Amino acid sequence: MSKILIRGAKVLGGEVQDVLIDGETVAAVGTGLSAEGAQVIEADGQILLPGLVDLHTHLREPGREDSETVLTGTRAAARGGYTSVFAMANTFPVADTAGVVEQVWRLGREHGYCDVQPIGAVTVGLEGKQLAELGAMHDSAAGVTVFSDDGKCVDDAVIMRRALEYVKAFGGVVAQHAQEPRLTEGAQMNEGVVSAELGLGGWPAVAEESIIARDVLLAEHVGSRVHICHLSTAGSVEIVRWAKSRGIDVTAEVTPHHLLLTDELVRSYNPVYKVNPPLRTEADVLALREALADGTIDIVATDHAPHPHEDKDCEWAAAAMGMVGLETALSVVQHTMVDSGLMNWADVADRMSVKPARIGGAEDHGRPVSAGEPANLTLVDPAYRGPVNPAGFASRSRNTPYEGRELPGRVTHTFLRGRATVVDGKLA
Amino acid sequence: MKRHLISAADLTRDDAVLILDTAEEMARVADRPIKKLPTLRGRTVVNLFFEDSTRTRISFEAAEKRLSADVINFTAKGSSVSKGESLKDTAQTLEAMGVDAVVIRHGASGAPYRLATSDWIDAAVINAGDGTHQHPTQALLDAFTMRRRLVGRDAGLGQDLAGKRITIVGDVLHSRVARSNVDLLHTLGAEVTLVAPPTLLPVGVDHWTCDVSYDLDSVLPKSDAVMMLRVQRERMNAAFFPTEREYSRRYGLDGERMARMPEHGIVMHPGPMVRGMEITAEVADSDRCTVIEQVANGVHTRMAVLYLLLGGNEPAVSHARPVDSETK
Repeated sequence: MSKILIRGAKVLGGEVQDVLIDGETVAAVGTGLSAEGAQVIEADGQILLPGLVDLHTHLREPGREDSETVLTGTRAAARGGYTSVFAMANTFPVADTAGVVEQVWRLGREHGYCDVQPIGAVTVGLEGKQLAELGAMHDSAAGVTVFSDDGKCVDDAVIMRRALEYVKAFGGVVAQHAQEPRLTEGAQMNEGVVSAELGLGGWPAVAEESIIARDVLLAEHVGSRVHICHLSTAGSVEIVRWAKSRGIDVTAEVTPHHLLLTDELVRSYNPVYKVNPPLRTEADVLALREALADGTIDIVATDHAPHPHEDKDCEWAAAAMGMVGLETALSVVQHTMVDSGLMNWADVADRMSVKPARIGGAEDHGRPVSAGEPANLTLVDPAYRGPVNPAGFASRSRNTPYEGRELPGRVTHTFLRGRATVVDGKLA
Repeated sequence: MKRHLISAADLTRDDAVLILDTAEEMARVADRPIKKLPTLRGRTVVNLFFEDSTRTRISFEAAEKRLSADVINFTAKGSSVSKGESLKDTAQTLEAMGVDAVVIRHGASGAPYRLATSDWIDAAVINAGDGTHQHPTQALLDAFTMRRRLVGRDAGLGQDLAGKRITIVGDVLHSRVARSNVDLLHTLGAEVTLVAPPTLLPVGVDHWTCDVSYDLDSVLPKSDAVMMLRVQRERMNAAFFPTEREYSRRYGLDGERMARMPEHGIVMHPGPMVRGMEITAEVADSDRCTVIEQVANGVHTRMAVLYLLLGGNEPAVSHARPVDSETK
């Protein structure tokens, strides 16, 4: 494998340095580096981050290849600066057996754009009734450590307790989609002032908060760790903050869209804004940003949820829930967290690479940018400004809420184990 | 006038008064031996009903026919929709047949808004009720009925409902009629009070332009009009209230309660009534109850809406003479 010299990059947004990649690893970091025969990339002061890690991606394969495949999804991930994505289990068939998770993992390997770490279902068929073979999925080639029924809540308290306990045997973690099902029957949007006016079924904050409260107490009781998917309300932040202050082993993620968008957008009845959990209020958005900055919320995860055009080109109630996010996540985070002064680029590396890799056990990812480490790297041009153009997405789906919106920053290069997957913003 | 009628909240006071005044003119047409105007001759209106609603559809159909429009009725049952065709494809198919306006009733809140604001079709869109969102022509016919009864048929022309106290009772949570009425009555200067058990009021109702009470008896003496909303018996199964009898006792309107209203006060209901639930037969059949008038007024009001949205620059009804006056 050849050598690549990235010249003049601000590593984690700090000092301008040169980074030499030799084969699959970072060979040297310093100033004035040179290397015979190396391909030189002039970073010109761009930001160099460890390759991003997404703990919450829907790749849709197997079963819904009309909306995304492992290939198109990992290409989208590479364009977004990701070197590792965790693929959710709600496929058809559900990823609740060693066979399915191995298939998804292997497809990721074969395509080579981004590592794919399958997430295993907690319960058979995501039905919340019987534990799936969690140990078998862990022992498979895919080495599953994160388990989630995402899309559905593990609402039975006993099943949740057992899952939390069981995965301790092999260091697993349960990622909960916190949604009390009875409180959200027929739910279409955040319950509040806007839903009252629009006549859309309400998804109350308490339906999320009550499950999080229960689960952190369960985790405390059985001495397990628990991860909270797509936390979306100010009240949830308070509960997680309280749990952490008690020493409970809880981690939480927030999506880029919950850091930026509010339920006011639903007034358009445009289903690109339909997502689960729903867009909340301005007060929630501000609380989530603050919590991400102070570390109460550990990570940003995209909840990248591709849907075919027809599933969004319809009336609100008939539309699917979800937004694509891999190719816009970093821009949204720069806009809401960095440009607003709440975080610096080292914080971005922490929330979008280091911590998600640690929670998910992706050992080769989220590493320091230093000699001897795997060369999983992302180069970002933070000065770029431009409107989001879904036609240019690598994802098979276009259901973005940001079409035409001007967002800052652009991933110019992504390196997966020393191989460029993205060069000058284009797939390599 | 605007191009579409999607929400009562979109109407200004002047828009609304113009519609009510025009509806009065339309009402005069109904008194003629030949109840027909040439205004929409050659225009095609489709009644696109995805939900069963015989009353509203017939009311629109009568209004369209009295304006000489060509009318197409489309109901979802037994159509391509039941075979999985999307709203978009259905609407585009109808428009390809040369439709000028779409009157749509749909179970999904926002479906008419989508139809009007997406690039699916060019036709004018009139909302005939969407989910639990809006039913603007119902609010207009209710306002028309109130103005006639509380201000006067002739005295009301050019007037709004300033200072009138209107009480709306029942299942506000699931009611597009309540939402539309709160919006329009506020625009027209009326003071609205909603009365319901707390379970049947939406979270967020405190931001509406109205008062809220849980106690019907305290509100009745100061109500110029009381509008009773239908309460579906099935709601009881979802624990919105304990029993039908308890609901009737606390929120139903019977003769004794009606007697607490001011003498001029009227009782309204958008229909269909559930007698014995929210309203007793004694009240429903009394002179103070305007249910039948509301039905008649519905046709006048919908004629006015269709005329103002589609009639363009053609002369108003007051200048129109039957059939021979058409100008192109």
